[in-house]
Amino acid sequence: MASSMLSLASASASASPSLSLHDNLKGRVKLGSVNFISCLPDKTSSSAKAKPSGRISMTVGVNVSRFEGIAMAPPDPILGVSEAFRADTNEKKLNLGVGAYRTEELQPYVLKVVKKAENLMLERGENKEYLPIEGLAAFNKATAELLLGADNPVMKEGRIATVQGLSGTGSLRLASALIERYFPGAKVLISSPTWGNHKNIFNDARVPWSEYRYYDPKTVGLDFEGMVADVKAAPEGSFILLHGCAHNPTGIDPTPEQWEKIADVIQEKNHIPFFDVAYQGFASGSLDQDAASVRLFAARGMEILVAQSYSKNLGLYAERIGAINVVCSSADAAARVKSQLKRLARPMYSNPPVHGARIVANVVGDPALFGEWKAEMELMAGRIKNVRQKLYDSLMAKDKSGKDWSFILKQIGMFSFTGLNKAQSENMTNKWHVYMTKDGRISLAGLSLAKCEYLADAIIDSYHNVS
Amino acid sequence: MMWRNLVGNSGRAWRSRCMSIVRRFEHVSPAPKDPITGVTEAFLADPSPNKINLGVGAYRDDEGRPVVLQCVRDAEAKIAGSEFLESVSAAVNSKMVEESCKLIYGKDSDAVMEGRFAGIQALSGTGACRLFAEFQRRFYPNSHMYFPAPTWSNHHNIWRDAQVSARNFCYYDPQSKDLNFEGLINDIKNAPEGSFFLLHPCAHNPTGVDPTEEEWREISYYLKVKNHFPFFDVAYQGFASGVMDKDARAIHIFLQDGHLVACAQSFAKNMGLYGHRVGCLSFICDDSKQAVAIKSQLQQIARAMYGSPPVHGVLLVSTILGDQAIKALWTEEIKIMADRIQGMRATLRESLEKLGSPLNWEHITSQVGMFCYSGLKAEQIDRLVREFHVYMTSDGRISMAGVTTGNVNYLANAIHEVTNSGYEESQILGESGF
Repeated sequence: MASSMLSLASASASASPSLSLHDNLKGRVKLGSVNFISCLPDKTSSSAKAKPSGRISMTVGVNVSRFEGIAMAPPDPILGVSEAFRADTNEKKLNLGVGAYRTEELQPYVLKVVKKAENLMLERGENKEYLPIEGLAAFNKATAELLLGADNPVMKEGRIATVQGLSGTGSLRLASALIERYFPGAKVLISSPTWGNHKNIFNDARVPWSEYRYYDPKTVGLDFEGMVADVKAAPEGSFILLHGCAHNPTGIDPTPEQWEKIADVIQEKNHIPFFDVAYQGFASGSLDQDAASVRLFAARGMEILVAQSYSKNLGLYAERIGAINVVCSSADAAARVKSQLKRLARPMYSNPPVHGARIVANVVGDPALFGEWKAEMELMAGRIKNVRQKLYDSLMAKDKSGKDWSFILKQIGMFSFTGLNKAQSENMTNKWHVYMTKDGRISLAGLSLAKCEYLADAIIDSYHNVS
Repeated sequence: MMWRNLVGNSGRAWRSRCMSIVRRFEHVSPAPKDPITGVTEAFLADPSPNKINLGVGAYRDDEGRPVVLQCVRDAEAKIAGSEFLESVSAAVNSKMVEESCKLIYGKDSDAVMEGRFAGIQALSGTGACRLFAEFQRRFYPNSHMYFPAPTWSNHHNIWRDAQVSARNFCYYDPQSKDLNFEGLINDIKNAPEGSFFLLHPCAHNPTGVDPTEEEWREISYYLKVKNHFPFFDVAYQGFASGVMDKDARAIHIFLQDGHLVACAQSFAKNMGLYGHRVGCLSFICDDSKQAVAIKSQLQQIARAMYGSPPVHGVLLVSTILGDQAIKALWTEEIKIMADRIQGMRATLRESLEKLGSPLNWEHITSQVGMFCYSGLKAEQIDRLVREFHVYMTSDGRISMAGVTTGNVNYLANAIHEVTNSGYEESQILGESGF
């Protein structure tokens, strides 16, 4: 009878299959012969469920690895700097590769206002339910208002689509996915140089990109003519990636007049401005001032993409809190765009993390906390400005060559392009134990007033004595 | 920088330019509502006091309230005041991954003990699946991902957006409300060699129908013969039987059989960390060198998508799994949640039978995990929403976690009403669709 054969087969097979396979695990045994009795289900029975067939013996072995072709991904260039710094035992060593704020004592800084917000949240014992796909409503409202100003006509007319994202990176990725889907073939133009991860994001999102001239090594300033020319030359309807303030990595921002001209060219060519706002409040110390470039474009009635991050200005690096905003020509368009951003977010991570969003909402939503935040931000931005001034003063005092070091003061934000080339940057590290990236970028967030003179000596030596 | 004075001169000329506003988003149509989260949205908008949300798979206590587990509160207290990390440090990183892998592969598994695994934190189950899909596209661009029919609706979205071709394999038999085992095996045999198969190791979503242990062994065998890649989506470990190891049995079988599997783990449900988006994607590898290479690739994919995972959830999971006392408490709390759901299954079935429903409701108690695949038809579901304010997904999937002692009778009545009216004598028990 079929059923008794079945039970015989099952009985003898149940113990053995795993063992024989296990024996062959370590070797690269080719697929061998397989003997088994299979019992097809009796189709006339009312139950449709087929019983599993028994196995008598198996000699199935492990095949050649399916992972053979997977190579090691290239290492992160900045990580290498931190590692080398850690390994250095020299007491004078200075880590200017770090992209995160440090105090004068060169310690990481958790904003007091964040600790307060966290304590409030802990006391309230809030639940951990899913946020909606678009994120925390209170956060989305607060972040859009911070960006444009609560009284901005765009806000009043409901013309902005805001979706909470995973810091700047996640928000840029959502925007890229929107571009790929709704503007297929459109290019994003990125500044030369720009933050290293921008091209990775566009590559993975399958959005083509090219560069526009930005940094001029001759002046250690902005190659404005080159920038305008390249933006003009781009195919109509390109996306132009702009840093709202505190350009990373150069620290060089356009002047207000230059921003006007940039907006002119973008309008002329029907391009779409795409802002990366990672340092609002952190550059000048004023939230409103740092948003001036974005607001200028919005005031012209343009449609704009803006990615925001709270990593630096609220020190929430690890909580991954930011937003993607799309300023549209109508409230209807904003609603449609928002729905499509949600449709892109759902298969990426379903809904965004709650913790950072609640912190921001609590800080911005409480007038006292908001005031405290503004004060802390002024302190952070102020410290960096002081350090720039001290570095500049030290350079001018020590360098007798007459070189103009004022670009240090003109540049803004966490980073500064020193104008040092690769060999000179290497000298900084090898001789002076000053760790920085090979493109000549230093992070002023990692510099204390106490070390400015030492740094000035290092820069002067590297600049004049190394080519 | 003096921004204030700019509008005067250049502003005028540009205001006239602004008259012709470019509208770029006209071709962007409104997206359809997500079939699962759309249910919650509709539920929230409903003012009825009797409303019940049986849509999304989020656990509720017997008062219908969201729960923050005590083990989570303990972990939270433990990490409070610890300084913010600028990104998840390598140590916390590795610890969480290691603990997650022990949890799913077994702490005594060879692969774990030998360090032959590559893993990174992910944005819960969705994020882990997406990372895997992106990895699949990058390294196996011509492969197909086979989903059980049916599967969680978002699986299709994930692999589609990652641009990986997807197909279905037989799984659920609506006639028997059970596993279509023969169809399943045939599909495994017929798939091109080296295909990818997504498997739910326990508490299948949405059907609640799981293979038996014997059936898992067969599935493992045939997948091995065809050199297919088994990918496990582990969203409900602990919710099927109430015991973590037991719910991982299928994966242990595969490991014993020498498969190199990958797992997407979610801590949303079993730790109640829904909003923190914490999970893990791991690969079992041939050796630790390979593991290092795979991990580096996964990190690169993550870096271009969101940078690094949110630290709060990672710290919580790492603390819960790493602290013996807290972990023991967690194990107890999981059992309580699973037991409550099982209790509600029994109660709902009894209530329907007591009401005299002529239909067969056995599947309510034989299905496993958070969901009951009710078999209700579209018109019936529609009536449940409109007349009774009972919300579920349009495939008839009910989240049993949303059923309470307080609402189970109301629910049974509602279901009885919509399935009893228009009932024809000629329908035989057990046939599809009532």
